[in-house]
Amino acid sequence: MTVSTIEHASHAVPANPPSGMESLDMRKLGMWVFLGSDCVFFASLITTYFVNRPLIFSGEPNPHHTLGINFTAVLAFILLLSSLTMVLSLAAFQRDNIQSGRNWLLATAALGTCFLAGQAIEFSNLAHEGVTLSSGLFGQCFLIMTGFHGTHVFIGVIWLLACWLFAGTGRFNSKNFIGVEISGLYWHFVDLVWVAIFTLIYLI
Amino acid sequence: MAVEIAPQVAPVGAQVSNETAPYKESFLWEWATTVDHKKIGILYLLTGGLFFLIGGLEALLVRTQLMVPRSDFMNPDLYNQMFTMHATTMIFLAVMPINVGLGNYIVPLMVGALDMAYPRLNAFSYWLYLFGGIFLNLSFVMGGAPNVGWFGYAPLTENQYSGSGTDFWVIGLQILGVASIAGALNFVVTILKMRAPGMTFNRMPLFCWATLVTAILVLFAFPAITIALFLVMFDRHFGTSFYNAAGGGDPLLWQHLFWFFGHPEVYILILPAFGIISEVLPVFSRKPIFGYSFIAYSSVAIGFLGFTVWAHHMFATGMGDIANTAFATGSFLIGVPTGVKIFNWIGTMWGGSIRFTTAMKFAAGFIGTFTVGGLSGIMLASPPVDFQMTATYFVVAHLHYVLFGGAIMGLFAGLYYWWPKMFGRALDERIGNWHFWAQLLAFNITFFPMHWLGMEGMPRRIYTYFPNEGFDFWNPVATIGSYLLGGAVLIFVANAVITAFRPADATDNPWEASSLEWATTSPPPAHNFDVEPVVYSRYPLWDISEEDEHGGSHSSVSSHGVSATAIATVAKAHDEHGDAHESGGHGGGHGIHLPAPTIYPMILALGLMILFLAVLFTPPTLKIVFVVTAVIYFVVAITGWVKEVTD
Repeated sequence: MTVSTIEHASHAVPANPPSGMESLDMRKLGMWVFLGSDCVFFASLITTYFVNRPLIFSGEPNPHHTLGINFTAVLAFILLLSSLTMVLSLAAFQRDNIQSGRNWLLATAALGTCFLAGQAIEFSNLAHEGVTLSSGLFGQCFLIMTGFHGTHVFIGVIWLLACWLFAGTGRFNSKNFIGVEISGLYWHFVDLVWVAIFTLIYLI
Repeated sequence: MAVEIAPQVAPVGAQVSNETAPYKESFLWEWATTVDHKKIGILYLLTGGLFFLIGGLEALLVRTQLMVPRSDFMNPDLYNQMFTMHATTMIFLAVMPINVGLGNYIVPLMVGALDMAYPRLNAFSYWLYLFGGIFLNLSFVMGGAPNVGWFGYAPLTENQYSGSGTDFWVIGLQILGVASIAGALNFVVTILKMRAPGMTFNRMPLFCWATLVTAILVLFAFPAITIALFLVMFDRHFGTSFYNAAGGGDPLLWQHLFWFFGHPEVYILILPAFGIISEVLPVFSRKPIFGYSFIAYSSVAIGFLGFTVWAHHMFATGMGDIANTAFATGSFLIGVPTGVKIFNWIGTMWGGSIRFTTAMKFAAGFIGTFTVGGLSGIMLASPPVDFQMTATYFVVAHLHYVLFGGAIMGLFAGLYYWWPKMFGRALDERIGNWHFWAQLLAFNITFFPMHWLGMEGMPRRIYTYFPNEGFDFWNPVATIGSYLLGGAVLIFVANAVITAFRPADATDNPWEASSLEWATTSPPPAHNFDVEPVVYSRYPLWDISEEDEHGGSHSSVSSHGVSATAIATVAKAHDEHGDAHESGGHGGGHGIHLPAPTIYPMILALGLMILFLAVLFTPPTLKIVFVVTAVIYFVVAITGWVKEVTD
C-alpha cells in the first residue's frame, strides 16, 4: 500500500470497475463473430444465384423441372431434426447425463451424414439430367452454392464426431459444456442457412 | 513470490522473465513456435517491411518505364506484371500486415491484456500471411507473375486471356484472405472481451476503436472477394462460366463482388492510420483528444457507410442514373465523418503545447497529405467528373494521396511513436527529421504531377505513351520524385539499423503518453503486466481523475513518465488480483498462465502453401500419391494441434 493508493481510495472509485461484456464467454463470442463473417460467404453465393436467376429460369434444364422438392423437403426435415438432437445433447451434458449427451451427439452426426448422402444422391440425379458444373448457369450457380453448404455440413459432422470422442474422456459435464455448445452454434447456423437456401432456391 | 513486489514495474518485469525461461531455446525455434502477440507483431512488421521494400522496387521499375515516352525498358507484359504485383504487394502484403503488426503488438497492451484472445490462431494468421506472400511472389519464377491488375477484372482472368500468374493471384489472395479473417476475428474478440477492469467502451483508446472497426470491416468484406475468387478458380479449372459472357456468365458480377470487398478494403487500410494519429496528436500536443466520442463513432459511421459506396468504382460501366446517384450520394456522405475527424485533429493541436517529434511531424503531415487525397476523392465521387477521370492518372494521384499520404504516413507516425516501446530504444530524432522532410517532399514531387497528367488524359495501366501529347514534362518529374521517395524510405531503414546498435535505454513512458501500453517496461515482459491494470478514466497514465476532467485541469502530467496515479493503479490492482493470479500456479513468475509455444500453426500454414503449389504443378499421373500425402500431412498436423490444445 503506497500513499497514493490510499489517496485513490479516498476518491471512492469502485474497487473492480466493470468494463462491459463480462458475462459473455470468449470462445462463444469468437464463434458468433465467425458466423457473422460466414453469413457474407453465403450471401455472396446466394446473390450470385439471384443475379443470374432470370436467365436460369428462362433456359433448360430448368430448376422447376429438375429440382425434386419432395426429396429435398425430406432432407431439410432431416437437418432440422438434427438441430433438435443437438439441443438435446447439450441439455444432457448440462444435466451431467454424459452417456445420453454422447448418444445425441452421435445421432446429430448421423442425421448430418444422412443429409450429405441425400445431397450426393440429388447431385448424381441432376448429373443424369445434364445439370453439371459446366452445363450452364443453373448447374454452376446451384451446385457451387449447395456444395459450399454441404462442405459446411461435412465439417460439422467431423466436429461433432470429435466432440463425441472428447466427451468419451469425460471432458464435458455440467460445469464444462462450452465445447459442445460452440459446435452446436455452428451446427444450428448451418441448418439455418439450409432453411434460407431451401426457401430461396427450391420454393420461390 | 509476488508478495514482495514493489509498486515499480521495471525491476519486477526483469525478474519474472528470468523465471519464465527455465531453459534456452534456439533463436529460430523460439520465433517459429511463438504465440506471444508481441513477437508475432514484430514478425508481421518485419515481413510487412520487407514486402514494402519489394513493392516499392516494383513501383520504381514502373516509374522507370514511364520516365520517357515510348520507352523499351520493359515489355508490356512485364509492365503489367509489375503494376499488378506493386498494388497487390502494397495492399495485401505491406500496408495491411504492418497495420496488423502494430495492432498485434499494441492493442493487447492498450487494453491491459496478457495476449490476444486466441494466441495460436494469431500465430496461424501470421504464418498463413507469410507463406501466402511467398506463394504470390513465387509466381515470378514459375511462369510469370499475375498481370491482370490488382482488381483482376473479368474476363481478363479467364483461361483464354491470362496464364498461370492468375492462378497464383487467385490462390494467393485466398490464402491471405483466410489469414486476414482469422486475424480480424482475433482483434474483435480481444477488444470486446479482454479489456482491463474499468475500461468501458468510452474509455477505450482511439487506436483500439479504429482497430475494432477495421477488423469488423475485414470480417464482412473479405468473404465477398474470397467467394469471387473461388468462382474465378472454378471458371479457370472446373468448366464453369460465372464471368464469361460467352457461357452465359456476367463479367460485371465480378466487379460488384470485388468492389463490395474493394471499397471497405480502402477503409481497412486507412482506419488504423486514423487511430494512430488520434493517439499521437494528443500526446505531443499535451492535451486530451478533441472530440473523443466523435472520432470513435465516426470510425463506426465510416465503416458502415464504407459498405454502401462500392459501385462508385463502377460509374463508367453504365449502371444507370438511379444507381449512379445513389452511390454518388453515399460517397459524398462518407466525406462528412472523415472531414470532421480532420477538424478534430486540428482542434487537438489547437492551443496545445506541441512537441515536434518525428512521430508528431508524420501525424501533422498526414493531416495535410490525406486531406489532398480526400478532396480529390470527393471530386471523383461525382459521376460526371468520374466519367472524365476514371482510369487516368488523376485516380492514381488520388489513391496514392490517400494510401501513401494517408495510411503510410500514419504508419510511420505509429512506428516512430511505438518504437521505444517495442524495441526498448527510440529511433534517432535527427535522422527521423531527415526522413520526414525527404519523404514529404519526394512524395509530393512524385504524386502531385499525376493530377495534371490525369487531367491531360494520360491513361493508367498502359505501359507507355507517345511524345508531344502533353505527358512529356511531368512524367520524368514524377519518376525522379519516386527515386527520391525510395531514398527517403532507405533513410528510415538506416535509422532502424543504426539505432539497433544503441543501448536499450528507453524508459517506460518516454513520451509521457496516457494509455496503458506505457505503464509497463519497454519492451514489456512476456506477460505484459505484472498485475492486471485497472482503469478509472480515459487517460489512465495522465493524472486525470473523473473530477479533474470536469474541472478542466490537465496540467498534472508527471514529468517522471508514469504518473503517481498509474503506479497507484498498478499497486491497487495488485492488491486485489495478486492472489487470484497466484492460485493459477501454472506458469512461472506470478503464476500468470501464458499459452505454451507451438510449431503446429507454422506446419499447417506451410502445408497449405505446398498443397496449393502441388495442386498447380502435379502431373496427373502423380495425383494419387499427392492426395494421400496431403491427407496424411494435414491429419497429422491438425491432430497435433488439437492434442496440444486439449492436453
